[in-house]
Amino acid sequence: MKRSRFPLLIMGLVLLFFYLPIIILVINSFNASRFGSGWQGFSLIWYRRLLHEPEIWAAARNTLVIAVLVTIVSLILGTTSALALHRFAKSRLQRVHYTLIYTPLVVPEILMGISLLMGFVAAGVGLGLFTIFLAHVTFCISYVALVVLGRLQDFDFSVVEAAQDLGAGWWATARKVLLPMLAPGLAAGGLLAFTLSVDDFVITFFVAGPGATTLPIRVYSMIKHGATPLINALSTILLVLTFTIVLVSQRLSRSNILEGGV
Amino acid sequence: MQEWLLTAPSFLWLAAFFLLPTLLVFFLAFRPADPYGGIGPGWTLNTLKALGHSYYLDIAWRTLWVSLLTTAFCVLLAVPTGYALARASEKRRRLLLMLVIVPFWTSFLIRIFAWKSLLHPEGLIKHVLIAVGLADPQTSLLYNTGAVVLVMVYTFLPFSILPIYAAAEKFDFRLVEAARDLGARPFAAFLKVFLPGIRSGLVTAILVVFIPALGSYVIPDIVGGPRSEMIGNKIAQRVFVDRNLPHASALSVVLILAVLAPLLAILVLQRKKDKEKPRVIVPEDA
Repeated sequence: MKRSRFPLLIMGLVLLFFYLPIIILVINSFNASRFGSGWQGFSLIWYRRLLHEPEIWAAARNTLVIAVLVTIVSLILGTTSALALHRFAKSRLQRVHYTLIYTPLVVPEILMGISLLMGFVAAGVGLGLFTIFLAHVTFCISYVALVVLGRLQDFDFSVVEAAQDLGAGWWATARKVLLPMLAPGLAAGGLLAFTLSVDDFVITFFVAGPGATTLPIRVYSMIKHGATPLINALSTILLVLTFTIVLVSQRLSRSNILEGGV
Repeated sequence: MQEWLLTAPSFLWLAAFFLLPTLLVFFLAFRPADPYGGIGPGWTLNTLKALGHSYYLDIAWRTLWVSLLTTAFCVLLAVPTGYALARASEKRRRLLLMLVIVPFWTSFLIRIFAWKSLLHPEGLIKHVLIAVGLADPQTSLLYNTGAVVLVMVYTFLPFSILPIYAAAEKFDFRLVEAARDLGARPFAAFLKVFLPGIRSGLVTAILVVFIPALGSYVIPDIVGGPRSEMIGNKIAQRVFVDRNLPHASALSVVLILAVLAPLLAILVLQRKKDKEKPRVIVPEDA
């Protein structure tokens, strides 16, 4: 029986649809032309200009600092949460806990942004880098918890019991048995939290206040007010960084977070 | 005791930064705004009543059909793609899957920007269309609802391919062959055997596109025009332009209810199905 070629054709077109805009953007970042309407020769002028944009670099520094702190805090909160969900799976408290972990994933970003903004305004917390940090941790916990939980469900808990039977204390068990077994899950969850934090625009925009700028906020205002080819160059650098992170995370974890999606 | 120690950190954090603020939004929808961008004293129903105005009904209607259209396109493209992925050989499948996943990791704003420059009056697509004779120099490809739907499909498509692929991978393709042997035409076999077989994946794919689509704000903001605004844009305007937080809250309540409706509908349908066939377990993928 001959199989239809139609699905293959659609898949090919879909992949073309995915990559064509990105490829053209990367090519244009090396284009000397200002509008990208025609090829006016290979040039690194936009990359060189990027070096003289202190605002972009300041925003990049903010983004990086926030992302590192968010990764650390959400790893701790997400991991304890996954341990509780796994260990006490049957308890009623964990059912409520699971709903609380799961719901932020289905809520559209703009709703999370506006409710956090209302919360900060009502509590009288000044908007800025600190509120961005709090907001990012809030949406990263759920992702980390689910990635680590997936990992926990795969492994053999008798090893932990064996360690305890052999006289290992709580701390020794955690450090010598649990941590090495969890390491790939932690690495995957951490990278996910890091990329989500670096990338987030909508929620950040709501809780940033007037002064604080992160890279996505900077990129957004560049897009809104005159799209210069500088964004092409900046985007290309960011694309290379993301691809590297994705490849590293694929290597680090054979777990299925990449295949699992959201 | 140990349970509380492990549960408390994430539980309290999400209660403080997710649950409470969400409740606050409901609460603020019933408060009046003061002229200085703050919250006035007392309670009012006026903010909610103002949403009945035809202006808002137009926007709610547009939000709904733009989201539905986006979901339809995504599913129409994702089903054949997921099918082709599931039928590819083991070796090719890894690479193809990687190719589908990578765009899902690239920055959201960059992907929108890539389309903005493609659709730009000086951009590539316009030049090609004029060369082929499909457009004249006056045609505007940007700042309309068509551009919004196009970029939304581009952004959400990877999300819909993954659950459909996950369901198709578990599907037993011998069922399709059996149907063919029994005389079904290829398309009938696809429609009556394959599609019901990946039902759970389809439901997930629809939800992961439709729900975030309802809350879209950046895409209509960047590639849409004044006549393609969605609820998300109105919420942002009330916050950033008019500083009217109660009004923004009231709009958010509408959006929350719109998001809850399909979720509850699915839940009820699933329950009903479970009652009819109590022993069938529907695998959930996301």
